[in-house]
Formats: sequence, C-alpha cells, structure tokens
Amino acid sequence: MPLTVGPLTDLVEAPTLGRVLHESLRRGGDFAEIFAEDCSSSSIFLDDSKVEELSSGRDRGAGIRVVVGETTGFAHTADLSEKGLLTAAEAAAAVAREGGAGVREAPLSRRAPEPHQVTTYPSTVPKSAKVDLLLLADDTARSAGGAIVQVSAGYGDSRRRILVANSDGLLASDDRVRTRLFVTCVASGDGGLQTGSHSLAYTLGFEMFDDHPVEEVARQAARRAITKLDARPAPSGVLPVVLKSGTGGIIFHEACGHGLEADHILKDSSVYTGRLGQVVASRGVTLVDDGSLGPNWGSLAIDDEGRPTQRNVLIQDGVLTDYMWDYLRARKEGRTSSGNGRRQSYQDLPMVRMTNTFLLAGNEDPDEIVSQTPHGVYVAQLGGGQVNTATGDFVFGMTEAYLIEDGRITEPLRNANLIGNGPDVLSKIDAIGDDFEMWPGTCGKDGQNVSVGCGQPTLRVTGITIGGTASA
Amino acid sequence: MPELLGLARRVAERATVGEEVEVYVARGRETSIRVFEGAIEQLTAAESAGVGVRVISAGRQGFSYVGELDGFAALEALREARDNATFATVDEHAGLASPDGVEPPVLDLWRQELVSFPTDDKVALALDLERRVRAGDPRIRQVVSADYLDGLGEEAIATSRGIEVTSRSTGCYLFVQAVAGDGDDTQTGFGYSVGRAPADLDIEAAAVDAVDRATRLLGAKKARSAKLTAVLDRRVTATLLGILSGTLSGEEVAKGRSLFTGRMGEQVGVDELTLIDDPTNPLAYGASQHDAEGLACRCNSLIEGGELKGFLYNTYAGRLAGTSSTGSAVRGGFRTTPGVGARALSLQPGRHDQAEIIAEVSEGFLVQSITGVHSGVNPVSGDFSVGAEGLMIRGGELAEPVREVTIASTIQRMLQHIVAVGSDVEWLPGAATGVTLAIDDIAMSGS
Repeated sequence: MPLTVGPLTDLVEAPTLGRVLHESLRRGGDFAEIFAEDCSSSSIFLDDSKVEELSSGRDRGAGIRVVVGETTGFAHTADLSEKGLLTAAEAAAAVAREGGAGVREAPLSRRAPEPHQVTTYPSTVPKSAKVDLLLLADDTARSAGGAIVQVSAGYGDSRRRILVANSDGLLASDDRVRTRLFVTCVASGDGGLQTGSHSLAYTLGFEMFDDHPVEEVARQAARRAITKLDARPAPSGVLPVVLKSGTGGIIFHEACGHGLEADHILKDSSVYTGRLGQVVASRGVTLVDDGSLGPNWGSLAIDDEGRPTQRNVLIQDGVLTDYMWDYLRARKEGRTSSGNGRRQSYQDLPMVRMTNTFLLAGNEDPDEIVSQTPHGVYVAQLGGGQVNTATGDFVFGMTEAYLIEDGRITEPLRNANLIGNGPDVLSKIDAIGDDFEMWPGTCGKDGQNVSVGCGQPTLRVTGITIGGTASA
Repeated sequence: MPELLGLARRVAERATVGEEVEVYVARGRETSIRVFEGAIEQLTAAESAGVGVRVISAGRQGFSYVGELDGFAALEALREARDNATFATVDEHAGLASPDGVEPPVLDLWRQELVSFPTDDKVALALDLERRVRAGDPRIRQVVSADYLDGLGEEAIATSRGIEVTSRSTGCYLFVQAVAGDGDDTQTGFGYSVGRAPADLDIEAAAVDAVDRATRLLGAKKARSAKLTAVLDRRVTATLLGILSGTLSGEEVAKGRSLFTGRMGEQVGVDELTLIDDPTNPLAYGASQHDAEGLACRCNSLIEGGELKGFLYNTYAGRLAGTSSTGSAVRGGFRTTPGVGARALSLQPGRHDQAEIIAEVSEGFLVQSITGVHSGVNPVSGDFSVGAEGLMIRGGELAEPVREVTIASTIQRMLQHIVAVGSDVEWLPGAATGVTLAIDDIAMSGS
C-alpha cells in the first residue's frame, strides 16, 4: 500500500494502519477509521496558599469505528500493538456481521494542515516555574484587599498528538498543545461570602503568559469577589440586558450553537430544523464557527476525523445559512464535513461539536449602548449555560452583573441565571457593538467534554427573564 | 482481581523510608448501545484500565497516573509522582489513610448475570424501550435516543501504611429521550431505569416516564413572576441534595469556602430536615464497602432535626479540621487524587406522598426538571437560581404546564422554608436519593 509517512507514524506504524483497516472491513462495511492518540498532561493546584498537588499522566490508545449503513460499531484499546488494534477492529466490526456494502479501500495519503505553532512546549518548562505562577497568583489576589479570605488557583497543560487513518485513504495528524490557568477567590463581608473567578486558556504553549500576565487574572478574580460583597439580589422578571463583549458569547453557544449541530437537525430535535434560508435572528447578526481561528481555546488544525478545520458562516445578517457537520451526518446528506467532528478522547465516538463560535462585531459604541438603556442589567461575566435544543429554551448564569439605571451602570448584583428561548432572544438583539472578545470554555455534550471558544461584541437584548428574587 | 491488587502492592512496596505511597488500580468493561428508528445506531464495546500513584514525602504530595495496566508504566508513574512531590508546599496535614479498625459493610455489588448477558439481548432491550416510547402516545414525535449501557468495574488499593482492599461492582441502565409535538409546540422528556443486573431494569417505567414528562408539558407557557411554594419532583430533590453535599464537605468548610463554615450545632433548617449519607445501605446505587482511600464506608449523620451535626471528611480534610476521616474519600477514576464527597445521601422521609403534598398547596409550582445548576447555584454564597419547567398548582390541584421560568432563593433560606418531605423515596443513580420536597417562599421569574 503506497504511503507518505506522516510525523506521527511513531504512534502506529503505517503498514499496521493499512492491515487494521483492511481487517476492520473484512466482513463488510462502508467505512472504517482508526483514531490513535498519545496525550500527556500535567496540572498543579494551589489552595489555602499551599501548592497542594502536582499531577501528571499519560494516556495512549486507539479507537476504531466501523460503519455499516446507519450503524456504527466502536471499540477502543490502550494497546497500540498490531495485535491490540486487530482485537479492537474485530470488536468494532461485530456490527458488520450481516454483511455491508463490501470493502472499499483507498490507499492512504497524508493531507493535513500544519498544527498551530508553539514556541515553548510546557514539558520543557521546569515544574518550579509553573508552581511560581500559582504562588504569584495567590499573592496578587490576597493583596487585592483584606476581604479576600481564600484563594485557589490551578494550572494545566496538555499535549495531545493524534493520528487519523480511514478507509477513504485519509491519513492525518495533529499536535495540540494547550495551556490554561484559573483563579477563584472568596471574599467575606457582612452579608456572607462571595466568589469571583477568572481564567486564561489558549491553544498555545507556555508562551501564553508572555502576553497574558498571571497577576491580571488574579486581580480580576479578586475584584469580582470583593465587588459582589455589596451586591443586592438580582431582579426577578423581564428586563433589557446589555452583555459585555467576551463571555456573552455563551448566549450564542446555547441559544443557537447547539441547535445548529447537524446531529440534532437530522433527528428533528432542534428548533432550527428546516429553517435554512429563513430569518432566524435580528439584522446585523452574523454567526461564525471557526476552528482555524488563531490560538483560541477551540482551535484545531484538523478535527478528530482528520478533516481540516475551516471558517463556517452559520447565520449571515440574520439569515440561517448552514449547520455544522461531521463525517457521518455529512455523508448522509451527500455533502462534505465542515470540520466539526470532535471527541473527548480515543475512548469516545466523534460527534458534531462547536469549535470557536462567535458573533461578528457591529458598529455601535459599547458605551453608548449602555447610555441608551434607561433601565436594565449589565452583564460583565457569564459563567456557563445549558440548552434544550428541541424547545430552544436555554439558561445562562451571570457571575458579574450590575443594574443599569438612567443609562448608567450602578449597583452590583448577586449571581443568578437568565432564561430565554433561542429564536426569541436572537430576534431581540437591537444593538451590536464595535468591540470584540473571545472567551474559553468547556462544552459538555452526551457525556463528552471538549474545549471551545465563544466570542461576541457588546450587545443588547431588548428583554430577557432574569431569575433573581428582587422585584424588577 | 488478585492481579490488580498484586500490581498495586508491587508498586506500593517500593516506598522508601519516610515516604508514603498509595496505588489505586482500576479496570472497567462497558457496553453502550444506542438505537434509533428500530436499528442500532451505535454499539461500543470497550475496556479501560489504569493506575494512579500518590506519593507523600516530608509533607509534600505528588501524583501521577498512566492509562494502562503495565508494571513498567506503573513504576514510571511512581517516579513521576515522586518528582512532582518535590515541588509541592510542605503541608503538615498531608498523609495517607491509616487503618482505623472500622469494619467495612458486607455488600454484594457484583451480578454474574450481567457478565454473561448476551449483546443481542442488550440490543433487544434498547429496541423494546424505543418501541414502547414511540407507541406510548400519538403525540410522541421523535425518540432522539434510546440507550442501553452497562459496566463492570473492579478496583484495588494498596498503600505503604498497610491498606489493601479490593472491590467490584456491576451496573446497567436504560435511558430514553422523547420529543412530543402538538402543532407547533414541542416538548421533551426523559426516562430511565437503573439496576445492578438486567432483571432489575423496569423498561415500562422508563418508557412511561419519558412519555408522560414530554406530553404533559405540551402547551406550556411562560408564567407570570410570583412568590410561591415549589414542590420539587424526586429527581430535582436528588440534584438539590447533590449541591448540598458540596457545602457539607469538611474540606470546603475548613477552608472557609462553605456557607456552613462556623455553624456546627446551629439550627440550619426546619425540624423535619434530617440528612444522612449512608453508603452501607445496599439499596443505594452509590453503596460501597470502602472509600477511595481504602477506609470502610460508614453511615454519617449530617443534619438532624434541622441541626447541623456533621461534615464529610477524607484523611486530609479530617487532619485539616482536627478530626478524622469519615470514610468519605471519593475519586473520579485513576486519573485523580481522592477528594471528599457523599455517596448515598438521603432525607428522612415524611408521611405524605407527592399527591398528598400537592393537595395541601394553594398556589405553587410542581418542578419537573431544572437546568443551569452549574451556572446558577453557588455553594459558597448560597445563591440559588435555576431554569425550571413543570406544572402550576392551584387550590391543591395540578394546573397548566409552565416553561421558560426560573426559580430562585438561597440555599440557607430554602432549608428554613421546607414545608414537607415526601414519603416517596426513590433510589436513583448518582449520590443522592429522590423524594418529593416542598419549599415555600420561592421566587419564580417569568413574564
């Protein structure tokens, strides 16, 4: 079998890949794939001013899937020898016993973009330097004020080398280096305890800290906790909401991102099924998912099915233009994948997932958006959300928010969830700022977690339900 | 299992003078089947295993893991854990569990029937589940997924302080997600059943639950904002207890990161509130003979008659707080160190079932499910705000369905405003049991 040798054939030798793919389809089947992975990670956790723990580990293995018609068989193994892979191939191929469309194999050829450039691999950085970052974070946060009574901080890095080979002849690899840091503070005041947190996460090596000082992360976390000591209960009811650029991107991740994943569409379990070409959002709303966007947290050179990531415009000026696709869902519709097939690890099947999902900037001045809001809520940080794609109902939690009174940001508010309906909220966006920021998050779907980016300019929603306890 | 313990022991025996070594070895086998429109959509058969090594030397802790059961790889993890330890802060409270003489409960959590249960029969269960849901009501428009899942888990712990334990358990689940439709209206509901062996699974109950939950929400509207009594469905109560367990972690309390810090012995709830964590009860799916550090599991009383009575501790948290472990170490597999957590929380049941509780409520909201728990509940400040759907209660009767509202209060306030604990205990997967719970003075936000 002719083959261009890729950089990661040290994981599994090329001739072995060919033999295992052949064995996977021996009893029939339409498609076979090997996903091999070697992941090393390290983390450090500081709490109570003590470096409590350094942890590191390594996971190596391969997942093999065999597709026969609408059925997928999957098996995984930590044994990367040919024998181990053949055993997994046999287990995955068990679903093919009734015979499939027959063997269709193409010679393997390597085609993949270069992974993101990393200048300082975290594995080359002394552990003591990583520990020092956390000690600095602790010091900085505690010096923010006497109200700070507790600080925890975490550092993590990972290097995930993957290799994908399939019976269509694809052979691709990626080398993903990610680094992250978070700080959480507890402040104590007359009204009890409050928390504040901030995080930093990029598809970069240790050079991430050159542009993003740890002290800034710690100060943000401490400031949030202290500010909330004076916070009053959030209002209960419908109010205009101005979302500051950055974490507000969660609203799109939840309000429509999940609903635009083709697996939900094809099962008719999304409110966006059958709505291509229709107006689904206010004019000016252009939503993009782009896994190739710089060193953001959701960036990948190729997805976990070997497909290069790309820029996909999902909503163009309020009109729904496309969904997000993985291999299986695209095959069913006779089109190509959009590079959105992702999995948590070799132990999981890929499915349609977001990468970096963001709303493009508009042309309004963010300050003016606030000043033109007589009464409402200004949300400076969101802490996560959840959606029911079939109904479109979603929640997201505010972790730093203020009242807007007479066009001015005034008193801080305690944490609360906001609730809305995707299509409804998207049609109520009436102002889009000219600023923009991305935010890193972890997205969970069907038990699998992957890193994603969210982003948006400052924007206003004319009315959304705020789940506090005070009268609005 | 002797091979798992053997591997753990061989690594733990490498401890040098003045060094403590803990080796946790786990192996699991799982089958996961998803069917769609009468055919298998996915079938996964998988085995996974790994070793986690914790080293404590001169008060410094380090950890490392490897995702395979290989002697050389495990020794590499030991070397790496030792190196990691040299960078940690000296902590006088760091240390492994010492055998404390408490006898572990005798529990049989392994069912050989599951081991030999044929794959074809597993597929048949999932297909049957999907069929029953589709046939359950003409308004069921889609069954997004019908899953059968099972797992066999084995683990061994050996430490240089003389702990050597093994355990094994089986579990299987059915899970189904239904979409109901009526005109333009769409609602969802899910149902499940859990057991240690296939014979424990109640396929009809799972199907009926998914159908009922999806169809009874059809026509749901946003409600007007109001202060009212929330009647939490059993599954919702279990989620609430899970949140509460985080605030009862002795480690969080000792570090000043819990709303219960400094409140031991205080009346934190109504007289009817009694909460225990009892992993020795074989009915609980979180039942276990020993905790994640190898100490015997035991029944811990947390709140009695509304009075705060106890917290949960692993070895480290116990030392930090000047007390001892309550056998409450938990870990999320071989890749992590032991934390503190509950395994089998339950409220002392009251005398009335859900229907009787609802009959006593003049204006209220039966909460069928909640969303946004991770984004809207803060176990430190106690702020509680979650998305909710369910049915209004008027004059003691269930009324119109409601969606897209939130319910909010604080955890502190909710415990003081419990008006009824149900008698309808349900053993659920996860670390808490379900029971109907009515709480008044809840702010519902809607239109």
